[in-house]
Amino acid sequence: MNEAVRSLLSGHPFLAGFPPEAVELVAERAEVVTFRPGVLLFREGSPADVAYLVTAGHVAIEVHAPSRGPIVVETIGEGRVVGLSWAAPPFRYQFDARAIDEVEAVAIDTAPLRVALAENPVLGFLFLDRLAAVMLERLQATRIRLLDLYGTTDAG
Amino acid sequence: MLAEAVAPAGAAGALVPTPYVVVERREEAADVVTLAIEPTEGSAPTFRHGQFNMVTSFGRGEVAVSMSSAPGAPGPVEHSIRRVGAVTAALCAAPVGSFVGIRGPFGTSWGVDEVEDGVDVVVMAGGIGLAPLRGAVRDLVARQQAGRGRVFVLAGARSPDQILFDEDLRAWERAGVHVGVSVDVGAPGWTGVVGVVTALLPGAPFEAAGALALLCGPEIMMRFGGRALVDRGVDAGRVRVSLERNMQCGVGLCGHCQLGPLLVCRDGPVVRYGGLADELFMERYR
Ligand SMILES: Cc1cc2nc3c(=O)[nH]c(=O)nc-3n(C[C@H](O)[C@H](O)[C@H](O)COP(=O)(O)OP(=O)(O)OC[C@H]3O[C@@H](n4cnc5c(N)ncnc54)[C@H](O)[C@@H]3O)c2cc1C
Ligand code: FES
Repeated sequence: MNEAVRSLLSGHPFLAGFPPEAVELVAERAEVVTFRPGVLLFREGSPADVAYLVTAGHVAIEVHAPSRGPIVVETIGEGRVVGLSWAAPPFRYQFDARAIDEVEAVAIDTAPLRVALAENPVLGFLFLDRLAAVMLERLQATRIRLLDLYGTTDAG
Repeated sequence: MLAEAVAPAGAAGALVPTPYVVVERREEAADVVTLAIEPTEGSAPTFRHGQFNMVTSFGRGEVAVSMSSAPGAPGPVEHSIRRVGAVTAALCAAPVGSFVGIRGPFGTSWGVDEVEDGVDVVVMAGGIGLAPLRGAVRDLVARQQAGRGRVFVLAGARSPDQILFDEDLRAWERAGVHVGVSVDVGAPGWTGVVGVVTALLPGAPFEAAGALALLCGPEIMMRFGGRALVDRGVDAGRVRVSLERNMQCGVGLCGHCQLGPLLVCRDGPVVRYGGLADELFMERYR
């Protein structure tokens, strides 16, 4: 078993506080990957079969608009997760994800992980609980940005 | 509240504007202009980080604007102004050689001169909120270079073209300061962070215990920013915010700037977040 994967996983906030068997469950289905700046991790519309736990660098979550090119909607750095669409149907990425700088991540094969989690509901709950926290944080951050936080309606 | 003496009503410069001449004008970002001003006679009074002047555009009106230069720095006093209405538009358009009126300085300060040695200082600013903090950051950078404690600058803007004081941000970074900038909406060529300003917190390796945090920006940003800093472990009583209310007299006489028990011109603008501003921010929901 890959020791590099285990050591990166045990230090990643997404799995912080998880029991060793949960980390093991992920480690068995994961590998360390790196991306050069500008390279796509995944593309909008493709099957969401990999989740990336970022361990170094930054990833842009972007969408391509015909006349405007890529529009970055969020950047995700070390200690965070890229690719949440594997958690619910239709299991398809909704955005492009592109490395901004040199990115290192643990890539998790999510299809077998889903099967393993379904067979072990206790660990399954742990993962869902953590995913819900990540999703809630993203939702709230997105809502705050909708407010136009720095806008002229409430001059700074 | 950070109680501090303000210019007493009736003192020279407190109620009658003093004429100043615009000696330099810089376009900082979309809709933001910095005016460097000097009194037509004598020298400008000393001020403290975070204090403000009442600035008159003759024939249009008077508005509160913080100093964006550092107290005691060589050269003229600077004000960085965002164009939001009639008076700020007139001030932003003031050419070099034109005159403005100044009353002040008024209000409480960020208190950076009294920060204990060794303590980390976190500065979080949104939009034009970096202007009232700029002078403080300049002196905090010097403090870091003197080995007296680190400063972390986290600045948020709507879009890359609205990032203020780009040159200062770069200079602070070159000086070894941790500088994080985020925008809500990216633009072609922008490779920095896209997200809320609080998204910069996890990447800022400050020691939360004992840290001092200074926040300035629109009220919603300070509400969210204050909570995020406290969640990170900063003592709410060591978070300071700069409040904004419409001002008229600037010296605690007219009551226009009242916010709960405070007259913001006299008891603020800089006040404690924990146990004061946090409650005032939520007052309207009760
Ligand atoms: C202590 C203090 C320090 C300030 N420092 C700065 C600074 O460094 N740079 C800067 O650009 N501005 C600063 N301001 C805000 C500035 O005073 C206002 O933008 C200005 O009064 C607007 O006047 P106006 O006639 O141009 O706009 P108005 O026509 O009066 O208003 C235009 C818009 O701005 C809003 N607005 C007006 N005044 C305020 C206010 N005080 N707070 C929040 N929203 C307001 C109005 O609701 C309206 O939406 C500060 C305010 C205070 C109280
Ligand atoms: S502006 Fe008059 S009391 Fe504050």
